[in-house]
Amino acid sequence: MFGYYLDLAVRSLRRSKVLTALMVLAVALGIGACMTTLTVLHVLSGDPLPGRSGSLYFPQLDPRDTVGYVPGIEPPEQLTWIDGMNLLRAKRATHQALMTGGMVPLQPAQTNLDPFHANGRYTTADFFPMFGVPFHYGSGWSSAEDDSKARVVVISTALNDKLFGGQNSVGKTLRLQEADFRVIGVLGDWRPDPHFYDLNMGAYADYEEVYLPLSTSRDLHMEHDGSVDCWGDGGGEQAKLEQSTCTWMQFWVQLDTPASVADYRSFLQHYAEDQHASGRFARPPTMRLRNVPQWLEYKQVVPSDTRLQAWLAMGFLLVCLINTVGLMLAKFMRRAGELGVRRALGASRRALFGQLLLESGVVGFVGGVLGLLLALLGLWLVRQQPSDYAKLAHMDSAMLLTTFAIAVLATMLAGLLPAWRACHIAPALQLKA
Amino acid sequence: MDIRPILFTLRKHKLTCCLLVLQIAFTCAIVCNTIFLIGQRLDRIHIPSGIAERELVYVELSNIGGRTDGMARAAQDMAALRQIPGVTVVTLPNEMPFDNGSNNMDVRTDPNQRVATLDATQYFGENLVKTFGVQLVEGRDLLPEEYVDLTDVFTMLANKQYDKLPHSTLITRDMAERLWPGQDPLGKQFYVGPGMPFTVVGVMANLIRPGRDRMSNGAGYSSVWPVRLTLEQGDGYILRCAPEDRDRVLKAALEKLRANDPNRIVTAKGTMEEHRHEFFQNDRAMAGILVGVCIALLVVTALGIVGLASFWVAQRNRSIGVRRALGATRGNILRYFQTENFLLTSMGIGLGMVLAYGINLFLIVHYELPRMPALYFPVGALILWTIGQVAVLGPALRAAAVPPVVATRSV
Repeated sequence: MFGYYLDLAVRSLRRSKVLTALMVLAVALGIGACMTTLTVLHVLSGDPLPGRSGSLYFPQLDPRDTVGYVPGIEPPEQLTWIDGMNLLRAKRATHQALMTGGMVPLQPAQTNLDPFHANGRYTTADFFPMFGVPFHYGSGWSSAEDDSKARVVVISTALNDKLFGGQNSVGKTLRLQEADFRVIGVLGDWRPDPHFYDLNMGAYADYEEVYLPLSTSRDLHMEHDGSVDCWGDGGGEQAKLEQSTCTWMQFWVQLDTPASVADYRSFLQHYAEDQHASGRFARPPTMRLRNVPQWLEYKQVVPSDTRLQAWLAMGFLLVCLINTVGLMLAKFMRRAGELGVRRALGASRRALFGQLLLESGVVGFVGGVLGLLLALLGLWLVRQQPSDYAKLAHMDSAMLLTTFAIAVLATMLAGLLPAWRACHIAPALQLKA
Repeated sequence: MDIRPILFTLRKHKLTCCLLVLQIAFTCAIVCNTIFLIGQRLDRIHIPSGIAERELVYVELSNIGGRTDGMARAAQDMAALRQIPGVTVVTLPNEMPFDNGSNNMDVRTDPNQRVATLDATQYFGENLVKTFGVQLVEGRDLLPEEYVDLTDVFTMLANKQYDKLPHSTLITRDMAERLWPGQDPLGKQFYVGPGMPFTVVGVMANLIRPGRDRMSNGAGYSSVWPVRLTLEQGDGYILRCAPEDRDRVLKAALEKLRANDPNRIVTAKGTMEEHRHEFFQNDRAMAGILVGVCIALLVVTALGIVGLASFWVAQRNRSIGVRRALGATRGNILRYFQTENFLLTSMGIGLGMVLAYGINLFLIVHYELPRMPALYFPVGALILWTIGQVAVLGPALRAAAVPPVVATRSV
């Protein structure tokens, strides 16, 4: 029966080629636009560390003075050096890492390469186990290296390829800011998007190439990049950031159980109260503890333009579908005579309904295939755009299936009304004419 | 022309008509808002900067090793850059227009004020006003003897020697108007940080602030301070020259800087025009997408109208023939279909205006957009009427071409 209906549908669609082409085109355009923007949205709002992100937390405190204070105000989005160090040394979580970023001048040993700036991350040892960073060669450092301000460095695969031709470079020397560093590890394939642990560097920006101990970076007066927010007398002078009243550090902790989260929360609250009592925190003690998904939501990392585009595309799909419903209705009503004859010859309403619905399903299928091609074209166009997230815009299998399901479902839905109308034609009226 | 027979016919195709009206309504609503969004983007892209954009080139560099004699080295670099033929003036600012990052301060007109009146950017750097080509409308430029090194400013702040800080500053007219509406800002004082007063000695016509996120707070809220920087503290060197000399000057500047100290990395270079172009590239891309969506929507709707109209013409072939046989002219038939389309489009536009208003409210709430000016509504309506008439013309002409003899044929 299905084969016969399919044959009927194709015949009927062939009979009015222009109308069919219009319907298919409308569906394809709508689906193409919709899937392009939804795929970008899907990619950008992805989980940076699946399986881990729920147990990684970002503590926030409010050490600012009372200028500009209003009750309920959100605390700053980074920590001061003093608070960061206090929380780090308290060691109240499974893992904790204090970090910040900067550009590090790198002088390659090869004479054919000019000195360049490497994107650097200055962090404490737990960064690697806490974020589950994979290693190609070697490993990260331990807290002993943090304490001794050791000149050790972990590099990315890309940098290892560039400088050492992809070979095991552990033990080799890297010259950073006129100091010799020993390479102790080469990262594997690691690129969580968005760059959740420091969004100041751009949520979808390029990843770090060198990772070195925070203590070493301060010891060598390495440049700090990223956001610095100061109050009171805080001047934000690079060399004196440790003492200044500025927030510029990111601090992450791993808390595996709800109980440990609750413990940490009360620890933070007590810490804030103590600091307030001692007079360091002028504002009423407050704190926040958000995990990665909550943090990304709070920071609204998905660009508002992308969300706007998704809305726009959905509006466009809606118009395309209304268009298709209208055309489909016109097409079915035109065949009122034929349908009347078939009803009179004994075809049930259900049979006619199924057949007409199949016809709209065929339009949806063809429109879906075409829409998919358009979406691939659309994503290619997105990748040509200047934004830093552009290169991430690729379709995955989940979105591929969704595209298809949406296309067929949407057109079947669009066919519902016309098919229902058409099979409720009174056969007698049609036969009379 | 009597529209009653048209309405009577339309009533027989209620569902189809409703769908067409709905489609036109959504198209109208989305197109109105999209055009408004495009206008917003274009306004942003074409925002006046107040600087001599076509006459500026910049070089950003950074040292490989730590240096101690930053001020002397910066002075040496600038002296060398000034010697390049065609270069009129050079500066080393902390930031420049169309940077993504920015250096900002909260400004109060009263030291005890709890919430700041506004936040403005702080430009530092010698000869900044002259290099940028900013126009002073009142007062004077900062004097050489007023300048202080940034390192000394940090020391003064740390030792709480607030009285030693430089006290004069330049602000833009926008900022002055917001701080003291309708008053002469010259000689007025404002407060930054823990109650430190600063005096306005000059007013600039306009100077755009850097930082994408800050622009919505007031793109013209900028101040210039008598503070000198080292290369590490600054953003890079900016040179002013004639527009046609820019390429040559940039090349010469790179050579001079390399000769002064080869142990540095050039991190960015180019003309201010390129810098501006790059800053707005996302907005330009978004405007392009919006235009694309607008056109696609109108095309789909136009094709929908063509499809339906053709269908109706084919369906009424016989009655058209009868009308023609009874004496209706080709013009009558043509106008019949045109009027029918006009009625449907008008209904769609009416509904579309309400929807457009609703979408605008949604955008105001979720995307902090301003209210859409009433002007956009008639623009949207006009576009839809035009599209409708153009789309229906083909099928209507075909209808008008139906010969009266059709009436005598049985199907």
